[in-house]
Amino acid sequence: MIMESTSPNQLVALNMEGLDTPPLTLSQLAWRRFRRHRMAMFGAIVLALLFLYSFGGSLVLSESYANHTDTSLRIMSPSAEHLFGTDSVGRDILARTIYGGQISLLIGLTAVVIETFMGILIGALAGYYGGWIDSLLMRITEAMLNIPEIFLLIVMAKFFGGKIPEIEFIGRTFSGSVIVIVVIIGITSWMYLARIVRAQFLSLKENEFVLAAHATGTSNVQIIFLHILPNSMAPIVVSATLGVANAILAEAYISFLGLGVQPPTATWGNMLDGATNYLESAPWLWFFPGLLILLTVLSINFLGDGLRDALDPRSRAI
Amino acid sequence: MMTTKPVLLEVSDLRTRFHTPEGTIFAVNGISFRLHEGETVAIVGESGCGKSVSMMSLLKLIPVPPGEIYSGNVKYRGKDILQKPEEEMEQIRGREIGMVFQDPMTSLNPVLTIGRQLTEPLRTHLGMERDMANRRAIELLQMVGISDPERHLQDYPHQFSGGMRQRVMIAMALACAPSLLIADEPTTALDVTIQAQIVELITKMRDMLKMAIIWITHDLGVVAGMADRVIVMYAGYIVEEAAVDDLYDNPSHPYTIALLEALPRVDRRRDSRLKSIAGSPPNLLVEPHGCPFAPRCEFVIERCRVENPALENIAQGHSITCWVDVKTGKPR
Repeated sequence: MIMESTSPNQLVALNMEGLDTPPLTLSQLAWRRFRRHRMAMFGAIVLALLFLYSFGGSLVLSESYANHTDTSLRIMSPSAEHLFGTDSVGRDILARTIYGGQISLLIGLTAVVIETFMGILIGALAGYYGGWIDSLLMRITEAMLNIPEIFLLIVMAKFFGGKIPEIEFIGRTFSGSVIVIVVIIGITSWMYLARIVRAQFLSLKENEFVLAAHATGTSNVQIIFLHILPNSMAPIVVSATLGVANAILAEAYISFLGLGVQPPTATWGNMLDGATNYLESAPWLWFFPGLLILLTVLSINFLGDGLRDALDPRSRAI
Repeated sequence: MMTTKPVLLEVSDLRTRFHTPEGTIFAVNGISFRLHEGETVAIVGESGCGKSVSMMSLLKLIPVPPGEIYSGNVKYRGKDILQKPEEEMEQIRGREIGMVFQDPMTSLNPVLTIGRQLTEPLRTHLGMERDMANRRAIELLQMVGISDPERHLQDYPHQFSGGMRQRVMIAMALACAPSLLIADEPTTALDVTIQAQIVELITKMRDMLKMAIIWITHDLGVVAGMADRVIVMYAGYIVEEAAVDDLYDNPSHPYTIALLEALPRVDRRRDSRLKSIAGSPPNLLVEPHGCPFAPRCEFVIERCRVENPALENIAQGHSITCWVDVKTGKPR
């Protein structure tokens, strides 16, 4: 019955319409695959909320409020007035997690920019040129990998800490230690990325399209950055995403050891440091910053996982 | 008439070898030839006989190491281009000499749009702005017979069929109107009907742009209709060079004869079997003594095994490397 009501002409017209939609671009395909990855979508949404919390929250609570000390209010448990309670010098923990979040997220992002830049540069040069350039760069990379990262972080933080003046950025004053931490995390974490990029370049440079690019007079620099690099973006994006989580954790480590960002500038890491003496007596001191670190790292890892699946060009799933 | 035109490319004693863990591979062993402006030369030979390597050596596209061009010179418009630094070579590649590769499925970058790849040579070599390069790219796509070119500029290579991709490769190679096009088996990876279209397209472009072509192939049938001269290569040597009709009418090297006999022809009896060449190409790891074709040759004489003949003129514009006169079967 249904078939009778649809004339063959209509069917043809329907089919033609279907064929006429332009084919999906690579990014559209990736987005489709990403959307279907539940954990990744969860990660992306949580992460977006965390950014909203850290950067939107500063519109509600001022920074001077976050750094305001009142010893009469020290170590107050969560209440209507101080939702997350107060710390050992009476500062509001809610406000401090907001401003600390800004620093932690910014450190994560900027450290990864440095890490990605160095990783791509070193990996690309080593993989593309090969020979002695490859040997030299990879020996340096291995040497860096052999030093325990946490040790390197501590030594460099100790060495450079306090030597850099304060800076102003997006309307806030940051202690110089923030810059030091960003740079240190950046230059101690590029090695894995460099190895990934090198491996990508080693295989991609043998492709015929590289030869074809040479044959049209494209220079080596253009081939490296405009022809081969776009082909290896997927693993780089994934690695960089996971790098954000690692950078946030690294900042938490060294701040927890008291070598990171110096108070009164709050970070989630140095808030944990301030909580060490009150682990049992005042759990809200470490619970909220700890939870935020956990959520951030977890959601970034989910996001990275989803990106890995979505950006894999060999994936046939639509 | 052809010979009155100026010489565009002169290759003399070009030798390329590769140093590999198994030993040194002698891929190109002293080839020499001339190409005049607007002339079409086909280089014929079976796989691994050094056709592609010799052409890539011309443009210094050989990876060094393991490759090494250890002798010879290549004069393009009278200037030795093998001595030029890399930056000057980049000016020549794509601008003066275009190249089309065998497999269009792999020679386009999968993550860049057709437009990006097509406008790149225009912007590097001719210094065009984006808008102008885009307009020129649309013209080029139209020229190579791709319909609706504006829309296709935004497309990625995977949205194109093999024939369309090869058309794009040709458009890229011709973007800057080069004086010489090197076509490295441009039809091998395509269906027969598409092959014919591509041959026709390149012939049309040649007549339009008045460029010279070096057409590498292992298919003598494809070149018969379009080449002026044919160079036959074997084991990194040129074994015969002749005008195209002369080569088909009067093949004078045993290898050329064997190749022609292995070629299916419409004017031959259907029930006659194609002849194959006995044996296999020589191992290029050892520098051969004597004629490299001697072990497979029907006409072989004692001298062939000890001494490699040099390229010798046997008639006007026809030269071979052989000790034997194939008509009589006796030493020349």
